[in-house]
Amino acid sequence: MVDSTMMLSSLWDLLPVRDPAFFDIILLSLKVTLTAVGAAGLIGLPVGAALALGRFPGRPILIVIINAFMGLPPVVAGLAVFLLLSRSGPLGQFGLLFSPAAMMVAQFGLVLPIIIALSRQTIEDLWLEYREQLTSMGAGRLRAIPTLLWDARFSLVTSLLAGLGRAFAEVGAILIVGGNVAGFTRTMTTAIALETSKGDLPLALGLGAVLMALTLVINALAFAVSRLGARFAG
Amino acid sequence: MLRRLITTAVFAAAVLGPVTGPVQAEDRFITVASTTSTQDSGLFGYILPIFEAKTGIKVKVVAQGTGQALDTGRRGDADVVFVHARAAELKFLGEGFSTKRSPVMYNDFVVVGPKSDPAGIAGSKDVAAALKTIAEKKIPFVSRGDKSGTHMAELALWKVAGLDLASIRGEWYREIGQGMGATLNTAGAMLGYALSDRATWIAFKNKGDLQIAVEGDKRLFNQYGVMLVNPAKFPSVKAADGQAFIDWLVSAEGQKVISEYKIEGQQLFFPNANDPNG
Repeated sequence: MVDSTMMLSSLWDLLPVRDPAFFDIILLSLKVTLTAVGAAGLIGLPVGAALALGRFPGRPILIVIINAFMGLPPVVAGLAVFLLLSRSGPLGQFGLLFSPAAMMVAQFGLVLPIIIALSRQTIEDLWLEYREQLTSMGAGRLRAIPTLLWDARFSLVTSLLAGLGRAFAEVGAILIVGGNVAGFTRTMTTAIALETSKGDLPLALGLGAVLMALTLVINALAFAVSRLGARFAG
Repeated sequence: MLRRLITTAVFAAAVLGPVTGPVQAEDRFITVASTTSTQDSGLFGYILPIFEAKTGIKVKVVAQGTGQALDTGRRGDADVVFVHARAAELKFLGEGFSTKRSPVMYNDFVVVGPKSDPAGIAGSKDVAAALKTIAEKKIPFVSRGDKSGTHMAELALWKVAGLDLASIRGEWYREIGQGMGATLNTAGAMLGYALSDRATWIAFKNKGDLQIAVEGDKRLFNQYGVMLVNPAKFPSVKAADGQAFIDWLVSAEGQKVISEYKIEGQQLFFPNANDPNG
């Protein structure tokens, strides 16, 4: 049995910090996750706002469906994207399976419902609060969207962070569509899964510590930015 | 703030490199669907850089169980399959998903179990008798349960032992549906027995209280074969580069490199490309 205290004390020694492949893995994790969350934010925030203010038949059902998709199991998302991108699937001719792009698509699908659902709730609450003010200023529901998005910007950071956390920690989907190919689609989480299966538990734990540290740094940065922003915005 | 966020995201994506960048930069590559044993044992990490340096063809390995790797080939998602389950490989050939199978190398399976040896089989060279004892005493046995080559070999061994797994299996027989390493981790934790390929066992770093219980039985032989996915079925298959990889594996040079891979002084794979029974 591996002694857990020994594992922790020697974590740093075990990490392949001099190995360039180690940094490639971290960089790829960041690249895939930030691209997926960035794209999901670009689409999800306006869609969430539109869903908050829009009135159309089937809206409640759509909201329930999107809320439910927040709990979409990553392996299911991965399997769906896998079948889409496989050479025998409808998008097979692009040869995207087992590539970073495939991992971005899968994570985009996982993160989008989270960002839409959370931003919808935020914007809807804000709309209830400022409805009279905005309508008296002559702004229609649609025209109010940019104003509300702007006013809620600090709360919306949280919905982006929720998406980021989901994508950064996720292994089920990217393992299926990325294939964990060394030097190409191996990320922090798939490397942890691999090292665990090789029985190299100290290294797996070390990689896990790095992953958590990175998540902490990203969240601290976002927190600082929104705090500073809130102060200067008055 | 929102705009700034978006700008930041776009900027980050731009700085970190465009999505398609690395794909284009590594234009010449093949995708090989192979098994967890060849990857987890470190064999690919040793031989692929040598092949890549010689030919300039980058090899992307997707490590799966043999069954899944063959299915990856059946969908056209790999150029080459490199696996170890002869019957399943011949079926793949028969279905027309490849036109030729080449034997490459072999290693052997071992039955590993707790050092306390609750079944009392340690040191045996008779795998059939050992499995019978495990089943009779209902000692935990951890099965891959994932249609991998090792799983198929395990199922065949129960038959060799004259046991009908479907009727005797109970709580003692634990299918976990995971890779070799995960199975060894589980066997260690449950104090149970498991069938492992020797290469993964030697390279495995969390042996804990496990040891080899049964080895040296001829029926534990583990042959690896390689096949090019049929380009007539999937025009996307990189036939020339895939064939170059196969030719190298079975060439004198490739065979020598395979035999040179060692962990702790132990040779893990034994090349036998010229063995007609391989």
